[in-house]
Amino acid sequence: MAGAPQMLELDDIQHILLTRTPALNGLYAFVSFRDAAGGQAWLTGLLDKVQSAAEVESTVASSKRWVTLAFTWSGLRALGVDDASLASFPEEFRQGMVARAEMLGDTGPNHPDTWVGGLASDKLHAIGILFARDAAERARCVSEHQKLLAQCPGVEMLSTLELEATPPFDYAHDHFGYRDRLSQPVIEGTGEPTPGSGAPLKAGEFILGYPDEDGHVTLPQPEALSRNGSYLAYRRLQEHVGAFRDFLRQHGETPEGQELIAAKLMGRWRSGAPLVLAPEKDDPALGADMQRNNDFGYKHQDPHGYAVPLGSHCRRMNPRDTGANMNRRRMIRRGATYGPPLAEGAPDDGVERGIAAFVVCGSLIRQFEFAQNVWINDKNFHELGNERDPIIGTQDGTLEFKIPKRPIKQRITGLPAFTTVRGGAYFFLPGLKALRYLSTLGDGHAKS
Amino acid sequence: MAIPKEGFFQLEQGRYGPVFPRTPACYGFTIIAKIKPGREQAIREYGTKIEQTIAGLPDGLAVLKLHYLRWVLFDIGKETYFMYQGIFDTDFDKYTEDAVALFSKYGINTVFENLEGFPADWKTNTPAFIKFVREHQRPSFLEYGEYPFVSADEIKRALKLKAAFSEMLDQMQ
Repeated sequence: MAGAPQMLELDDIQHILLTRTPALNGLYAFVSFRDAAGGQAWLTGLLDKVQSAAEVESTVASSKRWVTLAFTWSGLRALGVDDASLASFPEEFRQGMVARAEMLGDTGPNHPDTWVGGLASDKLHAIGILFARDAAERARCVSEHQKLLAQCPGVEMLSTLELEATPPFDYAHDHFGYRDRLSQPVIEGTGEPTPGSGAPLKAGEFILGYPDEDGHVTLPQPEALSRNGSYLAYRRLQEHVGAFRDFLRQHGETPEGQELIAAKLMGRWRSGAPLVLAPEKDDPALGADMQRNNDFGYKHQDPHGYAVPLGSHCRRMNPRDTGANMNRRRMIRRGATYGPPLAEGAPDDGVERGIAAFVVCGSLIRQFEFAQNVWINDKNFHELGNERDPIIGTQDGTLEFKIPKRPIKQRITGLPAFTTVRGGAYFFLPGLKALRYLSTLGDGHAKS
Repeated sequence: MAIPKEGFFQLEQGRYGPVFPRTPACYGFTIIAKIKPGREQAIREYGTKIEQTIAGLPDGLAVLKLHYLRWVLFDIGKETYFMYQGIFDTDFDKYTEDAVALFSKYGINTVFENLEGFPADWKTNTPAFIKFVREHQRPSFLEYGEYPFVSADEIKRALKLKAAFSEMLDQMQ
């Protein structure tokens, strides 16, 4: 099926796949369908709110809110999708994230038994993702949604999560202070990647129904349901800001030393400046410059990790020219921070804050699960022997983090966990026509 | 290291099935499968083809983190079997995924096409390829390493160090 690039059906693809919207607030609604009719009523009530990639491209400047809908495998079943179709979805999606927990490293405090908001429950059927330009627009949308729910007795709201951008608002960053959204793959035909981001990728790496990098097309059945769809791996990661700052103080004698430790854990300064290009001193102008801040490799520029430690977060999540088969491992990230910021210098207040993000991919097992299992949690990544990703890996205090340095490397032992998984799920993100298809399935197919 | 019959000490799920343990002889597999009748010569010719491919691409298999591969044909009664043993430093599923990607990249077919029961759609169906490999894996019950748990990268680094020392001594003459 390899051949000339296929035109993307932008009017059918949900916008989240291709567009990052200028939202400062948001809300995720996790819902359960008591019966197929209830689910279909909810879906029907939201159909005209879900924007395609084409619509958002032309209206983003004037829009105030953006809505995305996605479903778990049990959600598709609850909506009345028939058994043959359900069986045609990949096994990892059918099983769901909870069943894959051990392989993903979701153990100990990260185990699904500890997850919040009903996310570990079989009853989790769908997610409504709202991104809003401001808090007032979010409140208006939430009120509208509550009116819809009042008319849908067959729908139960399991939980919601409010998203808030973390100040200062002039650039995206997490609660630890790291600049975000610096390295994103670009799908062929949707724009030019920034320097250093690699060539545009075949659409099939992210969108079902198009050739992938190997020329193959994947489509669960029927096509009316799967075409222009994708998969979302949702992760709610609590960030332990107090523990993180304590760690920096413990291992950095001066504010500059603490910044350097933070940079070594990530592979970039918190400003976003890559250590490969700014190994000694932060360069905020470089960090903010999208034409320069991703333009580097490791193989020739930093083979031994003197700038970017081999086990740092960035080097694991995108090994660039030191990784194999990279075009088949790329992922699109969407999401936002949640919880109030912790003021600089303030002791940890015990309030949960973190990142609630989606990994968008055409194959959960080849892309998301590979990254989680091999890049993030393989203790022997790059022959490191006793390390996992220092930011999002499964840490129990027994592992270490090595910082290559002449004449001998610095070895930090007993690395604490800076993040904890508080929830997660696999969702199927249908195209717009597929949403209409799901909304009109007969009740006769409904399963309990 | 003696290994239980199921091939692992404790059931730990990987992406495609149980994780087989790293032993003093590193990660590895032993795949044994019956060949399709009349395919023995094709398999032997495959050996020559791989030799030529690798000669032109000395780092072509680097991604697989290999120590050794061995291909063996043997008869049981009138039937011929193929045994494929590999010793490497990545886990079983990653090895197989990377191997499938390599076959596609270099445009070579796999010797497995000559084996009974191998999925015809392997090029588009990596999970089916991995399932076949897993179904034909015969776990070791004992593995030994004279230099236990040493990776191929460590060995290559040690050789580079030796070469560097030799160079240093040469420069001091």
